[in-house]
Amino acid sequence: MAGSGTAHLRDQDALLRVEHLVVEFPAGAGRRVHAVSDVSLDVLQGETLGLVGESGCGKSTTGRAIMQLPRPTSGTVRFEGQDLTRLAGDELRRTRTRLQMIFQDPISSLNPRRSVRDIVGEPLSIWGLGTPAERGRRVAEVLDAVGLDAETAAGRRPHEFSGGQCQRISIARALMLEPRLVICDEPVSALDVSVQAQILNLLEDMKARYGLTLVFIAHDLAVVRNVSDRVAVMYLGKLCEVAPADELYRAPAHPYTATLLASVPVPDPTVRPDPDPAADELDAELPSPLAPPSGCRFRTRCPRAAAICAEREPEIREVAPGHFAACHFALEPAAATSRHPWREESDV
Amino acid sequence: MTDPTNSAPHHRDFAGPPGTHALLEVEDLRTHFLTGRGAVRAVDGVSFTLERGRTLGIVGESGSGKTVLARSIMGLLPATNVVRKGEVRYEGRRLSGLAPSELRELWGAEISMVFQDPMTSLNPVVRIGRQITETMRFHLAIPDAEARTRAVELLRSVGIPDPARRLREYPHQLSGGMRQRVTIAIALACGPKLLLADEPTTALDVTVQAQILRLLGRQQRERFMAMILVTHDLGVVAGRTDEIVVMYAGRIVERAPTPVLFSDMRMRYTQALFRSIPRVTDPAHRRLQAIGGRPPDLAAPARGCSFAPRCRFARARCHDEAPPLVDAGPGHSYACWYPAEPGEAAAEAS
Repeated sequence: MAGSGTAHLRDQDALLRVEHLVVEFPAGAGRRVHAVSDVSLDVLQGETLGLVGESGCGKSTTGRAIMQLPRPTSGTVRFEGQDLTRLAGDELRRTRTRLQMIFQDPISSLNPRRSVRDIVGEPLSIWGLGTPAERGRRVAEVLDAVGLDAETAAGRRPHEFSGGQCQRISIARALMLEPRLVICDEPVSALDVSVQAQILNLLEDMKARYGLTLVFIAHDLAVVRNVSDRVAVMYLGKLCEVAPADELYRAPAHPYTATLLASVPVPDPTVRPDPDPAADELDAELPSPLAPPSGCRFRTRCPRAAAICAEREPEIREVAPGHFAACHFALEPAAATSRHPWREESDV
Repeated sequence: MTDPTNSAPHHRDFAGPPGTHALLEVEDLRTHFLTGRGAVRAVDGVSFTLERGRTLGIVGESGSGKTVLARSIMGLLPATNVVRKGEVRYEGRRLSGLAPSELRELWGAEISMVFQDPMTSLNPVVRIGRQITETMRFHLAIPDAEARTRAVELLRSVGIPDPARRLREYPHQLSGGMRQRVTIAIALACGPKLLLADEPTTALDVTVQAQILRLLGRQQRERFMAMILVTHDLGVVAGRTDEIVVMYAGRIVERAPTPVLFSDMRMRYTQALFRSIPRVTDPAHRRLQAIGGRPPDLAAPARGCSFAPRCRFARARCHDEAPPLVDAGPGHSYACWYPAEPGEAAAEAS
């Protein structure tokens, strides 16, 4: 997997179109961390793209590179038709108002010394939008939209709120300038199970109300399926598979996606966890991003790896209509389903 | 409230021959932390029994008291500003009265614990080998050479390749999953009869989590070791435990044999928690049934049911009077005034 190529990009006008994105960091002694290596993605207006993978796969780096935080090593990021990598200074700042980000840890992403009113209203004051009274009204309106009582919340500071409420404040701040695209980087993974659902529902509501397009980055496969229209799976800086959400979960074509899905614990005791001894034989070690394996980067852990996988990097290709995978031995969608029969029932 | 809640050991059906003690008996255990804001009732009257070789899942969100419960059983609590009441008996012996030196005889040899973060539970400046042989030398008084041989075997049995080489390495040279395998090897080194695993896979990636859970299950069966698996994830306990207790605000709100809990959950919190989790098998964009509000403040316990402020089914009585644990069938009890009908929860969730 772990392949390159752009076969999965669509012809339509995408709101965001990332091509051949590469992000590398110097690691001393002339070595480089290959965090993101030739990743291409597109997101249509109104769509939610889920970006999923384990730690170190480059999903957060991809999200940040789209924001130009920091700028990617190479590749293009076209947003509303403009290449962000070529913009600088004031032009970039202006464009970025329509592109916002929500982070994992809601408490550390809010300034503890400022009131919620200031935090949420800051984007307006930075851009000098509206009179103070108008700003106040806008802050109240957005706080209300994210489910906070504007009157009591506005004067308080972040420490007076729970994690879930802080995430609501972060969402309010991201919505202030009426962005078109919001990048959510693990927005619910720091939250309690019972609060997660509140925030996921809120994101869906905000998306409908403000006509947002989302890039939703997370490691939790169930969460990603819940919010996404299309899902992209990453491994060690490469894209493995892209497909409509339900399709990808029903019939994973890439062996890595299949392994991931088979690993998710299911809250159903009639499904005994897979006692498959072969699964333990798999090397659990993620190769170093300093020296990624040749050819397909997943081959060192792949049950289907063959000689060709070390020699040639698989190109991403269409394995079923709208379903793309970068693998020399992509699973037949039907075969993939029967390997994990437990996944079938719910998908009727 | 002085509760009838959570008293009386259940599970006569699992008990050993008459006259023998259960492996672990916890009776009306309370652990309160004294803070500037008053007493935080982290564990507030918990009772249960665990038989030899059985696996118990303790499920709850952060702040439900599940970790403090595990630490209270082990006797790993801060020395000051803690009020601990109730009994913990291991093979009939009261643990609460034991001196630190007596507890040390027990730790590792009889009862072991695996923690959430393998990096902080391993000593970063001591080689893996010494960390594993340390407990064996202390408890088993075997020669170094034999301890090393056993350590190699242990590492192999927990799935670490090239174990002899790994013994000479330091924790930072291992990945997170490998480190957790090492902490499991240390916990198993002296053949304990009870293993407490507190969120053992929460810090790990999902593919590694699956491997560690398989490893724990295999070791537990092969050694006929009892295990308490503490987690926030209902998926983790579903296929791997004999019995589950659900905790909320320091108390057990429902307990049942695992299949029964999932098919017949009665307590409204259990039901709400179960319904609020997104499933990997559910179609995209299915509306989640979120639980409103936030987890309770343990320093200001509610007079009534602690879940009442967030419960869709709460009525006046729920706010005034704490519900006791009542029996709902063999090994199944719950604390709720207006419970789900038998089978209702499962039917609606699917």
